[in-house]
Amino acid sequence: MEATKVLDAKGLACPMPIVRTKKAIAELEPGEVLEIHTTDQGSKSDLTAWAKSGGHEILEDVEEDGVIKFWIKKGE
Amino acid sequence: MAEKKKTTIVLFSGDYDKAMAAYIIANGAAAYDHEVTIFHTFWGLNALRKDNHQPVKKGLLESMFGKMMPQGAAKLGLSKMNFFGLGKLMINKVMKKHNAMELPNLVEMAREQDVKLIACTMTMDLLGLQKEELLDEIEYGGVGAYIGDAEDGNVNLFI
Repeated sequence: MEATKVLDAKGLACPMPIVRTKKAIAELEPGEVLEIHTTDQGSKSDLTAWAKSGGHEILEDVEEDGVIKFWIKKGE
Repeated sequence: MAEKKKTTIVLFSGDYDKAMAAYIIANGAAAYDHEVTIFHTFWGLNALRKDNHQPVKKGLLESMFGKMMPQGAAKLGLSKMNFFGLGKLMINKVMKKHNAMELPNLVEMAREQDVKLIACTMTMDLLGLQKEELLDEIEYGGVGAYIGDAEDGNVNLFI
């Protein structure tokens, strides 16, 4: 999937994945897509709830070799 | 855009682990774009102390209190299994292994994210702590300041 920007949050523990995601998405325009890589097992629930609250859309998430990847489309 | 949501936390405890929980929640709430306030009272004030000695005038009791309490976020002890500081050393090691942020870094990150840090002036008097001994650029207030933020808070916690 085409992403405007990729955020490497691998190895970071709670609360850093959402803190970094917030900063990264602030630099995007609405409709643009942020790709995030994390290894924190809680980040799937965290980012799903965070995106919902902020009006962003999770387009896809996959897990491979312990790395969880998300594609989040920035909301209006 | 709609008005920002608010998270307010009372940090009463001076335990490292409890302060860590408070600061992790505060940083998470800031990432949710909440306006976040941490109101430090009683032992929680120790998380705001500078880690070096400040030359301030104090009475005997206040000096004793100052020496007996942990001087700054890094020096707080664990609420359980502290074992006179040994448990703290062990948890620091485990935290490094798991890349968890140490409390002083969490405090720093909260400041970067514009979390409002308030020191309770009434308990500062009780514990003999003066403004010079606490981190710069924090705010001072009492229950009025806290309730002012908390009354329209969406998340209010006492830790």
